[in-house]
Amino acid sequence: MKANNSSFWKKNSTRSVIASLLSIAIGLLAGSVVILIMGLTNPALGLGSALEGIRLVLFGIFSTGRNAAGALTFGFNPASIGNMLFRAMPLILTGLSVATANKTGMFNIGAAGQYLAGTCATLFIALSIPSTSVPPWIIWLLAFLGGMLAGALWGAIPGLLQALLNINVVIACIMTNWIAANIVTWLFDISNLKNMVENTKSGYIYKTTFNNVATPKFGLDKLFPGSQISGGILIAIVLAIAVHIIMTKTTFGYELKACGANRHAARYAGIRDKRNIVLSMAIAGALAGAGGSLYYLAGNTEFFWNTYQSLPAAGFNGIAVALLAVNNPIGVIFTGCFMSMLNIAGLQITNLTAYNEYITDVIIAVIVYLSAFSLIIKMWLGGREKKSAAPAPAAAQSPPVPENKAPGAADNGKEADA
Amino acid sequence: MAFLIRQTLVYAVPLMIVGLAGIFAERSGIINLALEGIMIFGAFVGVLFVRIGQQAGWFAAAYAAGNWISMQGFVLLTMAVAALMGAVFSLLLAFAAINLKADQTIGGTALNMLAPALVLFLIRIIANQNTLQMATGDSASWFMVKKTMLGYDKKAQLGFFASAFLDKVYFATYFCLLVFVILSVILYKTRFGMRMRSCGENPQAADSLGINVVKMRYAGVLISGALSGMGGFVYALTTANCSANGDVAGFGFLALAVMIFGNWKPLNVAGGALLFGLFKCIAASFSTLDINGDGVYALAQLGISAHFYRLLPYLITLLVLAFTSKSSRAPKAEGIPYDKSTR
Repeated sequence: MKANNSSFWKKNSTRSVIASLLSIAIGLLAGSVVILIMGLTNPALGLGSALEGIRLVLFGIFSTGRNAAGALTFGFNPASIGNMLFRAMPLILTGLSVATANKTGMFNIGAAGQYLAGTCATLFIALSIPSTSVPPWIIWLLAFLGGMLAGALWGAIPGLLQALLNINVVIACIMTNWIAANIVTWLFDISNLKNMVENTKSGYIYKTTFNNVATPKFGLDKLFPGSQISGGILIAIVLAIAVHIIMTKTTFGYELKACGANRHAARYAGIRDKRNIVLSMAIAGALAGAGGSLYYLAGNTEFFWNTYQSLPAAGFNGIAVALLAVNNPIGVIFTGCFMSMLNIAGLQITNLTAYNEYITDVIIAVIVYLSAFSLIIKMWLGGREKKSAAPAPAAAQSPPVPENKAPGAADNGKEADA
Repeated sequence: MAFLIRQTLVYAVPLMIVGLAGIFAERSGIINLALEGIMIFGAFVGVLFVRIGQQAGWFAAAYAAGNWISMQGFVLLTMAVAALMGAVFSLLLAFAAINLKADQTIGGTALNMLAPALVLFLIRIIANQNTLQMATGDSASWFMVKKTMLGYDKKAQLGFFASAFLDKVYFATYFCLLVFVILSVILYKTRFGMRMRSCGENPQAADSLGINVVKMRYAGVLISGALSGMGGFVYALTTANCSANGDVAGFGFLALAVMIFGNWKPLNVAGGALLFGLFKCIAASFSTLDINGDGVYALAQLGISAHFYRLLPYLITLLVLAFTSKSSRAPKAEGIPYDKSTR
């Protein structure tokens, strides 16, 4: 029994999960401390409001508002949970995107641009084909596939630049992000898809439901009444499982991971490393594009088209989702839900207290910061284990510090799978 | 034409100084992807400092008396505070990258996410909106140097040089140029600078000669943080009317690209920054740009969309990188945590 127990604790995946949970705990703690400091130093806020803020940070998903006496109430809130799943969908997909690229040693900071490319293609297809002459489900399919294709093309650009011209993929991704933001703004500016019907919606594109195109809800709206939930979350989960199968069960997935582990060794073994880098970035782009596509195909959200000065947050939060899940596609489903839960908690904080939703972005940033040295945390966990359990060769357990320039996160991913 | 030069400098100088920030970090061996985040933080700290100073009435008498020289002192003081806080913020990166041997790209990304989140969280509480502005007045009336202050008559027709460099300019711009020159010389001509560069090329060899790699890398990252914090405030002062909104429009990333394009050398970075400053300037003001002074807005008459000019700086960056990447030579040890045992 004891032997079983200790091997469970020694397993690398267990340690990854513990390291992630630790990161989450420290992140939440940091957010609470920031709120506490603001509450105590600002006479208009005070300790009481700070404590309310902290309770909402931790349990915002269960918040049901304030009762007649003005105290916070908590309970099962189907609308919040439905909205959480709805917002988790793009995060899961951008997280998958970053995780897939990471496995090939590419740090995909360009998910935001790929997300925009997918959004743009999807909206153009979904709104331009008249649903009076073509069945809506065909338009839906075309729009979804078009979004993925656009994302894939946009992701392939930094991949090509890295593989053929040796331009650092991080810089290439950052530049393509801003180019995408400008091109998308440009395309929508000269299009006729700007919402002219509803005066209050100026600056927005029509919802896809104007053309009767929307993702089916598969009865989820009955389960979570009053929320924005759409069937897209199921598609996101299916895609996550598909990526997991490709990465662990196919030769192609193995080749991708081999390139990430050691590009030169992979080439020596006869794997075409340049092709794999481009393909991995294209797949990453397709996944991020699918995120943008499904988010707007849900049909209940408008796209703010004049976006040349800002990039969608889903792209950067995808990095946090992937890192927290140590690049495990199945883990991404859960960390995506966690991030969107924070997001909902942030909205509750803005609505119910004097604080605002940016505190949850602080928490996410702290979690990303911690995952930069998750290796250290894991080694530390391993070291403690060594003392309490039977003497195990620590050197074999603790992975060495990455020596190549490829982002070290790539190493984490493979261990999680092993 | 004078206007074009003046405006180009306004955009180019923050790029230049933040590009130099990148050089200092990477030459010591640490990839500083957090330039953007530190700029955002520096801009916020600077604007907050100006706001607090105005509310406390520190320079109210000088402002009322029209004493523009002491107003420049206010700007310099604020730049120093922004630089200090930028350095403090960059400690987060230095600690993770040097002491904990963390992944520097992810660490930098974390700071890039942390800075706007923290800044917007605080701004929303302080100002009840998403933008933090000066308490009174605007940056032009408080901090801009105009020709009348330098003894010219209000109606005097200035020569080309004077109208490009002496009228409606910010002293902060020239101060940054001075800092740029001094630090470039330090990096290349002093013992400290050479030792720092050796840590970015071959830290093992440097260590064997008695150079403290950890200290040198800390110095590189802290100088980098100070410069980007200062650059962030100068950006906010000169292009955003001394306001902070948790965004510097990708300037930090552009500076990073300028640094790579400039091959990690200060003089080339200065040239690259001027080039990108020019494109940024054209994007911002092409519709009213009179290049040769004949009263014709030549670029506006071409009829090219404003969106095209806006995406031009990023597109050019990629193209230039595509042509120069073959000959680019990054510091050999950048991004690799220093481990004594791998000597």
